[in-house]
Amino acid sequence: MTDTLTPVLTDNWDADRSWTLDSYQAHGGYDALRIALGMDQDDVITAVKDSGLRGRGGAGFPTGMKWGFIPQDNPKPKYLVVNADESEPGTCKDIPLMMASPHTLVEGVIISAYAIRANHAFIYVRGEVLHVIRRLQRAVQEAYLAGHLGRNIHGSGYDLELVVHAGAGAYICGEETALLDSLEGRRGQPRLRPPFPAVAGLYAAPTVINNVESIASVPAIINNGAEWFAGLGTEKSKGFVIYSLSGHVTRPGQYEAPLGITLRELIDLAGGIREGHELKFWTPGGSSTPLLTDEHLDVPLDYEAVGAAGSMLGTRALQIFDDTTCVVRAVLRWTEFYKHESCGKCTPCREGTWWLVQTLARLERGEGTEADLELLLDQCDNILGRAFCALGDGATSPITSSIQYFRDEYIAHFEHGGCPFDHAASTLFAPAGAHA
Amino acid sequence: MTLRETQDGGDMVSTDGGAAAGAHLPEETLRELREITERYPQPRSALLPMLHLVQSVEGRVTARGIEACADILGISAAEVSGVATFYTMYKRRPVGDYHVGVCTNTLCAVMGGDAIFDRLKDHLDVGNDETTDDGRITLEHVECNAACDYAPVMTVNWEFMDNMTPESAVELVDDLRSGKEVRSTRGPRICTWREAERVLAGFPDDRADEGPAAGPASLAGLEVARERGWKAPEPSRRAVTGGREQGTESAAAEADTSRAESETRLEQSPTDVEGGKDEQ
Repeated sequence: MTDTLTPVLTDNWDADRSWTLDSYQAHGGYDALRIALGMDQDDVITAVKDSGLRGRGGAGFPTGMKWGFIPQDNPKPKYLVVNADESEPGTCKDIPLMMASPHTLVEGVIISAYAIRANHAFIYVRGEVLHVIRRLQRAVQEAYLAGHLGRNIHGSGYDLELVVHAGAGAYICGEETALLDSLEGRRGQPRLRPPFPAVAGLYAAPTVINNVESIASVPAIINNGAEWFAGLGTEKSKGFVIYSLSGHVTRPGQYEAPLGITLRELIDLAGGIREGHELKFWTPGGSSTPLLTDEHLDVPLDYEAVGAAGSMLGTRALQIFDDTTCVVRAVLRWTEFYKHESCGKCTPCREGTWWLVQTLARLERGEGTEADLELLLDQCDNILGRAFCALGDGATSPITSSIQYFRDEYIAHFEHGGCPFDHAASTLFAPAGAHA
Repeated sequence: MTLRETQDGGDMVSTDGGAAAGAHLPEETLRELREITERYPQPRSALLPMLHLVQSVEGRVTARGIEACADILGISAAEVSGVATFYTMYKRRPVGDYHVGVCTNTLCAVMGGDAIFDRLKDHLDVGNDETTDDGRITLEHVECNAACDYAPVMTVNWEFMDNMTPESAVELVDDLRSGKEVRSTRGPRICTWREAERVLAGFPDDRADEGPAAGPASLAGLEVARERGWKAPEPSRRAVTGGREQGTESAAAEADTSRAESETRLEQSPTDVEGGKDEQ
């Protein structure tokens, strides 16, 4: 019987100076690199395929399969790009990982780049996390000095250059093709696919783009074996992941568990919902994944079950809102975010998110009518599936799901002539026992 | 991002009043800008860090900074300007010594970010994206900064200030204005905005070892696991599926042994979340 929580990626976060090479190596760090360098590259890819590792950045695409798409007969250089642009509202797992143990990521980068025969790799990290960038810069510097990076790594004949690249503030750069444009020194706007990055990515050369947590999971797979990894989790959602609990729970934070744990279990581990209150709604994987409610407390948090419940596992960004929270206010704020972050490339998203804000703001002020709800759903219908990338689709998720579950609350706004909630009651510093 | 520039009006090149110190950037800056291009297989990839470096020298993105980037990369100033206006972190107006961000995305807003932002606007007598008269503080509401388990979250020069209240926010900006040394709740001593921009350009400072490894929320699950003796299962076999294992078996065995040893050590040692020996 596997334990409820299974610290692997988070296991060394409480070690003294865990971000340093010395500490990381004292805990077995870079052993996996030596194992991998003794393996054939294709065998490393096979190990990752056999492990069942799926992308941890939200989409859940099988990582090993992505690596296998790199055409090795293509004469161009191959590139590995780590998507460390963690910006999806609610998502807060990669930042603490890179802060506490940047070498886990660096080691994963080296093994992964070796597997796909890349001699250049990049960590594209959002710019607004200065200390994380410092720790990454230091880790890369230490790895070079230790011979884990650079020319002829540990006598293997394999060369790798790794660059830490800071972004400059743009949610859209978490979209992998926008990230590539940004990394090429352009406005971060998504590219039409095909061609997919595996064929024509960075500088139109074969490129693998993986999330931080995906790449950071690779050393453990190499160290402990694909079977070990595949033995955790559920049938189609294998391995362990970091679940991020935030909001109205007693102990918000990072909880690493095999895929398939339920929110009920996680909330219990986190000391329950804030005292005196009840769960109202939550996001399973960031604001772009449709809201769920207390009906869904026992849904296994894996890719399949959350999908079957009408949402998406996404980044396991579990934002918990209790009964003091106005869902209309929450959804309006997310919608303003999507409007602000729309890159402007396609009309449905650029114009649509603007109209969504207009309509929602009117509803939130209590100036709308029931017809506005239909208008809002019609606007969503004109964005979903018609936008150039997933940003537009994501913008509709909180709106359509909140109307599905909380239609009455929208209506209460115009019956009440404004928001019926006391916003102060939702705050962290609200007096105990405050109620909406 | 893209919509922000319309609030300010005008384009970055033409509204720039020109930096005081002559038409060209200092030679040292030009040399460093060129140095950044050498990190990449194709020079234009350097543009984002180059613009961070321009801000570290100029206090914002200036016309001459744009010209310098364009000149070095062999592209037009309009192309550079097009990039500079796309990203939220690039500023056309002078930024204060301390850029103070308040997260007002949904979760932080609900948990108190809205109240904090309102209080700071009042206290500092500035609006969003404005700088105090003494040039010390630029206040901006920011989007989700990937620290939701510490909500409500603020940033100072992109360092985390966790679990804030309106009162602690006022105290923070007062300390910053009075020149008192301020530390991130999960990071180092706060540097100036220009110094921060230099690190973002890829020129590290010496503060990586300051601050803890992780804040309390980052360790919440790990603490529960330690208390209850929960661990990831031990691997049942020594080698990797699909591996050719020539000469790697002993390495793998060693790896497992050292891992087991380290786990034992960890159990015995008290958790040290304060970290940062240099800081003490």
